[in-house]
Amino acid sequence: MYETNYHRPSSVEEAVSLVGSTESGKFLSGGMSLLPAMKQRLAAPSDLVDLRHVEEMKGITVNGREVRIGGAVTHFEIKNSDEIKSVCYGLHHMASVLGDPQVRYMGTIGGSVANNDPAADYPAAMIALDATIHTSKRAVKASEFFVGLLETVLDDDEIVTAVSFTAPEISGYEKFRNPASRYAMCGVFVAKTGSTVRVGVTGAGADGVFHWDEAAQALSANFAPDAVANLSVDPGGMLSDLHGSSEYRANLVKVMAKRAVASAK
Amino acid sequence: MGIEGIGASVLRKEDKRFITGKGRYTDDMVVPGMKHAVFVRSPYAHAKIVNIDTSEAEAMPGVIGILNGKQLTEDGIGNLICGWMVHSKDGSPMNMGAWRPLAQDTVRYVGDAVAIVVADTRAQARDAADLVNVEYEELPVVTGVEDALAEGAPQIHPEAKNNLIFDWVLGDEQATADAFSKAAHVVKMDIVNNRLVPNAMEPRAALGVYDAAEDHYTCWTTSQNPHVARLVMSAFYNVAPENKLRVIAPDVGGGFGSKIYIYPEEIVCLWASKRTGVPVKWNCDRTEAFLTDAHGRDHVTHAEMAFDADHHILGLKVETKANLGAYMSLFSSATPTYLYATLLSGQYNIPAIHANVKAIYTNTTPVDAYRGAGRPEATYVMERMMETAARQLGVSPPELRRKNFIRSFPHQTPVIMTYDTGDFEASLNAAMQAIDYAGFASRRAESESRGKKRGIGMSCYIEACGIAPSAAVGSLGAGVGLWESAEVRVNAVGTIEILTGSHSHGQGHETTFAQLVAERFGVGIDSVNIVHGDTDKVQMGMGTYGSRSGAVGMSAIVKALDKVEAKAKKIAAHLMEADEGDIVIENGELKVAGTDKTLPWFQMALAAYTAHNLPSGMEPGLKEGAFYDPSNFTFPAGCYICEVEVDPDTGKTEILNFVAADDFGNIINPMIVEGQVHGGLAQGIGQALLEGCHYDPQTGQLITASYMDYTMPRADDLPSFQISHQTTPCPGNPLGIKGCGEAGAIGSPPAVINAITDAIGTNGLSMPASPQKVWAALHNA
Repeated sequence: MYETNYHRPSSVEEAVSLVGSTESGKFLSGGMSLLPAMKQRLAAPSDLVDLRHVEEMKGITVNGREVRIGGAVTHFEIKNSDEIKSVCYGLHHMASVLGDPQVRYMGTIGGSVANNDPAADYPAAMIALDATIHTSKRAVKASEFFVGLLETVLDDDEIVTAVSFTAPEISGYEKFRNPASRYAMCGVFVAKTGSTVRVGVTGAGADGVFHWDEAAQALSANFAPDAVANLSVDPGGMLSDLHGSSEYRANLVKVMAKRAVASAK
Repeated sequence: MGIEGIGASVLRKEDKRFITGKGRYTDDMVVPGMKHAVFVRSPYAHAKIVNIDTSEAEAMPGVIGILNGKQLTEDGIGNLICGWMVHSKDGSPMNMGAWRPLAQDTVRYVGDAVAIVVADTRAQARDAADLVNVEYEELPVVTGVEDALAEGAPQIHPEAKNNLIFDWVLGDEQATADAFSKAAHVVKMDIVNNRLVPNAMEPRAALGVYDAAEDHYTCWTTSQNPHVARLVMSAFYNVAPENKLRVIAPDVGGGFGSKIYIYPEEIVCLWASKRTGVPVKWNCDRTEAFLTDAHGRDHVTHAEMAFDADHHILGLKVETKANLGAYMSLFSSATPTYLYATLLSGQYNIPAIHANVKAIYTNTTPVDAYRGAGRPEATYVMERMMETAARQLGVSPPELRRKNFIRSFPHQTPVIMTYDTGDFEASLNAAMQAIDYAGFASRRAESESRGKKRGIGMSCYIEACGIAPSAAVGSLGAGVGLWESAEVRVNAVGTIEILTGSHSHGQGHETTFAQLVAERFGVGIDSVNIVHGDTDKVQMGMGTYGSRSGAVGMSAIVKALDKVEAKAKKIAAHLMEADEGDIVIENGELKVAGTDKTLPWFQMALAAYTAHNLPSGMEPGLKEGAFYDPSNFTFPAGCYICEVEVDPDTGKTEILNFVAADDFGNIINPMIVEGQVHGGLAQGIGQALLEGCHYDPQTGQLITASYMDYTMPRADDLPSFQISHQTTPCPGNPLGIKGCGEAGAIGSPPAVINAITDAIGTNGLSMPASPQKVWAALHNA
């Protein structure tokens, strides 16, 4: 790791202004991706501006079915939230199987969403929940927020302060882990409200997280595992690496979708 | 046995310091004025070094010195060596290319060391290393054995034409051909043994200290055999004569073979300490460990087995290409030859065997012995063949094995080894009973009802431990003898120090070795200290590898204890005015049999040192040494059975049950043996299911160079193991022990793959059986 300066602001405004005043500062929100990259000397920000102590980015609010989660909320807090558990099974389950205990204690939803790692879990949930991503500058729908692998619409000095969504009637998430890294090699989040079903897929798409339209349509007509049985996923649009060819990932998308529907609550 | 003697599951004495973070490893060592080193390494798998410009790096803060291969050569530091000469079938010696501790003209794998940067802090050294400007001219790269042998392949060393190091044979080719000509059935297989990264928990490290006042060097290093390190560094690398070089291997956090070898870094740290005038410490980071720790396995094999009409084996032909990487590591020539092909008879009567092994250079990390060293490769060939043969012949896998088991001992195989004892059927029966082999069909049906595919597979392994009779290995090309030494020092108060040439890096020697003394003299293990790992304390030793520390190291201790016991009895007899032959030692007392006369152990020891009243002519003191040279290898054997369930939708394999039935001969500490089996099984199952190196064939970059891509086994990948022991005591050593350190890693891979191929109904499946691979095998079948 190269030398860096650490800052601990107490407000969003202070954080934004701090990053603006640095040479190549970056926001730190758990650091579960950034710190390993820095240790490998693959990233060398001049300054780290830590968001985990910004009060206005903390806390989970559930009003009826309206859910708002602060950007600095950890995966562990989501996993531990009875309110989230009661209104959105899929997200609660996701948080409970995300990473490992250390990652769940340190990592935050804002950091994960802002980083948009192609193998991260939350982007699939944000897409399927049709969530709104609140930033220090604006509010953006998830479908517009995620742009590509590790890319979002965020500016360098823009912070994900919260995410919000209307909790679906039922939701589920299933993923298949990369045997080595244990990141999602494919994760599928399904959310159903009335006759509307949305399907977010992470870990598999060559362009990062995506909404699987065909599956959503089929499941809207019949919310059952078998509804996706006859669909096919084009391997051409899938990631391919040592652990999973595009054909294998295309298969996993279907299998995980079936299982997410089967386990949805 | 007593509560701390042979056979007692005594808790490990060393664990208190290990589990409370109080172990003292090489990186914990601090000496006055110590500075820190970082190595500049090649980012290319094959390139000419055109120029090394250190001017920018030398100007960085804290930099003390930057040294390269040219200076190393100027100072007369020698090449790294391979310590086992293997000859090709035409009688020519192996074609070994030069391995410079710092590459001077050519780099041959990603990670090849080019220069060392010494600075006040590690961070400063690292920053400066980034600014050492090495100009390379890239050369074509080859990573696989078939490509390396092909006409026109990149030439890696001028000494090895077409990258062929040797073309070695073992066995009787004509007799084997004759056997095949009479065969009713021939089973043929292509088998790949995947390359592995050892991944010891503690990365390698070295601290080199040159004392100008005494013209003396001290090297702390992560070694499994510090005396061999000293010998090699003085005799071949010209670092310093042995009397001017002390090597200390303190607590070492795992080795699995990878810390047997003498690597460039410890030599360069010692040399750099003299050259820069400061003590130089280097600590490997995990990425460097992936790139530069000697890798294991990496065989490509074609094998054929001939059977008669009654399913008796007539003969075996094996052709193996072994990838040795870019340089020949210390025992790299022995691993795929004398440690591999000599086990190709397995547990079976095979009248004729012929093996041909080609060793090949590639632009990859050097490959050497890794937990099992040749025997896992041999076992994998044998037991994949036997299971596949049973399927092709339409007989049950255990019955085919039973029919061909060796049942009388000693048994001379056609490939050098003389098996001394064993009861292969006992282990087979125990394993089959433990896993309820007979009930498998109903369990499979139950899995099918849930849409899952269940399979069962076995492996009946035999291996060779207790390496090795010195004269025998000498005749086969070994550069060293493989005896072991021990010294037993009884202090004046009766406490005991045992100095051993074995080295403990996780095996629990401090406990098991002390149990020998508890058994012999009835003193508590707390009054026994095991001293090892320091060439200034222990006169000479050959170290720990090949599961030799029990069979060889403890046998040396037994010989020294015999001498101590004899002298102690003489003293006691003299003091109690009894006949020496009537003295017995029990519960820390020397007694005159049949009387109530006793002498406490400590009083006897005190008498030896006060020397006021010793038998006439006896020397004072009580200290005895011994060297033990084994008469044969030992032959642990057993049967492992694995039961798996495959999810056909994802290809993921779950191990439902794994039973191990081992014959290790007599056992000193069952708990420690069980731990060794668990660890070995985790590594063997890791190889079968999870681990594997992948190089980019075009660039020679190691793709699996971190835990993001290299799949280390984790607790949730493994079932709870069911372990049992069937004991035939080894007749070749005084304790009757065979060795247990590697069996788990040797026996388990074929059991896992046999189980998965049984589940999915195919014979061809390569390790690691990743979900993707199993899914593809199922869907492309």
